[in-house]
Amino acid sequence: MTLGHESDHDVVIDVHHLTKKFDGRAVVRDLSMQVKRGQIYGFLGPNGSGKTTTIRMLCGLLTPDEGTGTCLGYDLRTQTDQIKTQVGYMTQRFSLYQDLSVRENLEFIARIYGIDKPSAAARAAVERLGLTGRENQLAGELSGGWKQRLALGACTLSGPQLLLLDEPTAGVDPKARREFWNEIHALAANGLTVLVSTHYMDEAERCHEIAYIAYGELLARGTVQEVIEQSHLTTFIVSSANGTGLAELTHELTGRAGVDMVAPFGTSLHVSGRDAKALEATIAPYREHKALEWKRSAPSLEDVFIDLMSKSRDNFQ
Amino acid sequence: MTHILPTTAPRRSRGDGFLRKTWAVLIKEFIQLKRDRVSFAMIIMIPLIQLMLFGYAINTNPRDLPTAVLFQEHNDLTRSIVAALQNTRYFKVTEFPANEVELDKLLASGKVLFAIEIPANFERAVRRGDKPAMWVAADATDPVAAGSALGALGMAVQTALAHDRAVPAAQPQMPFEIRSHARYNPAGQTQLNIVPGLVGTILTMTMLVFTALSVTREIERGTMETLLAMPITPIEIMFGKIIPYVFVGFAQASLIIFIGVFLFGVPIIGNLAVLAALSTLFIACNLATGYTFSTVAQNQLQAMQMTLMYFLPNILLSGFMFPFAGMPVWAQWIGEALPLTHYLRIVRSIMLKGSSVSDLHYDAAAMFVLMLVAMAVAVMRFRRTLD
Repeated sequence: MTLGHESDHDVVIDVHHLTKKFDGRAVVRDLSMQVKRGQIYGFLGPNGSGKTTTIRMLCGLLTPDEGTGTCLGYDLRTQTDQIKTQVGYMTQRFSLYQDLSVRENLEFIARIYGIDKPSAAARAAVERLGLTGRENQLAGELSGGWKQRLALGACTLSGPQLLLLDEPTAGVDPKARREFWNEIHALAANGLTVLVSTHYMDEAERCHEIAYIAYGELLARGTVQEVIEQSHLTTFIVSSANGTGLAELTHELTGRAGVDMVAPFGTSLHVSGRDAKALEATIAPYREHKALEWKRSAPSLEDVFIDLMSKSRDNFQ
Repeated sequence: MTHILPTTAPRRSRGDGFLRKTWAVLIKEFIQLKRDRVSFAMIIMIPLIQLMLFGYAINTNPRDLPTAVLFQEHNDLTRSIVAALQNTRYFKVTEFPANEVELDKLLASGKVLFAIEIPANFERAVRRGDKPAMWVAADATDPVAAGSALGALGMAVQTALAHDRAVPAAQPQMPFEIRSHARYNPAGQTQLNIVPGLVGTILTMTMLVFTALSVTREIERGTMETLLAMPITPIEIMFGKIIPYVFVGFAQASLIIFIGVFLFGVPIIGNLAVLAALSTLFIACNLATGYTFSTVAQNQLQAMQMTLMYFLPNILLSGFMFPFAGMPVWAQWIGEALPLTHYLRIVRSIMLKGSSVSDLHYDAAAMFVLMLVAMAVAVMRFRRTLD
């Protein structure tokens, strides 16, 4: 691998205008992104937004229809063999052999990557992953959290430079999720680059940088703070005792001028709009209600994403 | 989003609704069947193809069986006899060897099923009324094919020669004698033919199923995604999946042959090592074919359907159940494309005739080529991406 200059060395993923179509329908459109070495890059978006497709293009499982790019300096179209030796990919669905034991799965992977002494490597991984005592259990019989640990262990076994994790924490309990993220940060601290896709907003906030993708298009990217600032969204939080009157208010405000989004959160309501003046004019009469308490606030990441998504859908249709 | 619940509660019909629920499942099944185009095609194509194929191809009363004739003399009478043989339509004289060694070799290699020798001074002996003997040796490894032809031989030749001017007129009896000899299986025991055949048939079925599911299973279980994301090539995957079953197949073949020898008394006249080597080739050939199905099929069900579809011609057109030589030429061509056809010739020849490698090189080469073709198709069909 020869690299031109130092700045190139820092960019692990560098893709431009990637497009992927299935049956004539673009699942990923004109996607460009750069990920720097040692970063934890969050890849967010709703179901079916093209996250998995993008990740599969990055690790050579899918060929882009249009666009160019490199992963670890290797061309996405012509050097997928080289990419595969240095990328660890954790699939969305558990895709290790359910009828092999934990140890057998790890040994299999170690052999394919040509690791010396595969049994020793598998044994070491079992210890690292805290799977000691379960190494002879069949992978299919593990619980969700342990399966996820095994899958993470499997994709890091070969010592990759880049990890691609596709919704790694789906269906995993909060404690296991937190431990998982601690691991990811520890790996990144060692210089590993991690691209992780997720639905969870709290996980987005654990990333160094995020990209939001919906309907195949990359809609926003940057740090969490930058993404929120870029949104130009005005948000009010309305609360009332026990949430009384909020359902009616939701009904009345939805679809009114300046109101782009009304979303209930327990005993409060998030009312957001892109046009601050129009929003304020619409809600002005409701601010007089004694039972309702209005407070202007920064939009949450979720508000921003839902807004981006509805905006994108408007363009899409 | 705000109107997920219906505004009025939907009405429900009363009662248990057995028919309604059955109907719901029935409609669902039909829709799924319609979407599964391969299954749909199978429903129509299997009976159609199989009927056409086998209705025309199978003939238990075979015709045009390849025959070699060794002439120790040439004259009108011998020519008439050959013509008469051909007229019976049982025999088709394809080879004219120069001497007895060649004649024997033709029969041993399976190139011909009948070897006929007309001795010297045959015509003179006939004219003198000495009733000379014409020698007919039949390859009885397939007793069905040999039996009916031999049965028809005497009468047919006599009838055909009745008006021939070379034969003295008004001779009430046969002017010469036909001494037929069923070689390799003189008693015409069918199990001597069936048991070696079963070695091939059983191996075909079990080997195909082993590998036919191997790729589709990885795809259906989702493990293919992990496999493809790792640095491994299609050829490595293919050999990794085929080789374990070569050992399984070898153990299976040994078991069947062992039972054949000790329970059914089938001899192994030829070289056991040659039999083992060529059986291994046959096993690998079937595994490669099954693996190819696996790369073509969309799911495990389709792979099984393909296996069945492939298995039927193997049973019917390979010479296992019905004499190969009796099939029409187009059906023989299909048979030549099946590894089982070649293996049956090999296993029967080695066990019953004691044939050597030099007799069998054509069939061994054919199996090898079929294996390479299957592997090439499999590697080409193997999708390295999820596109």
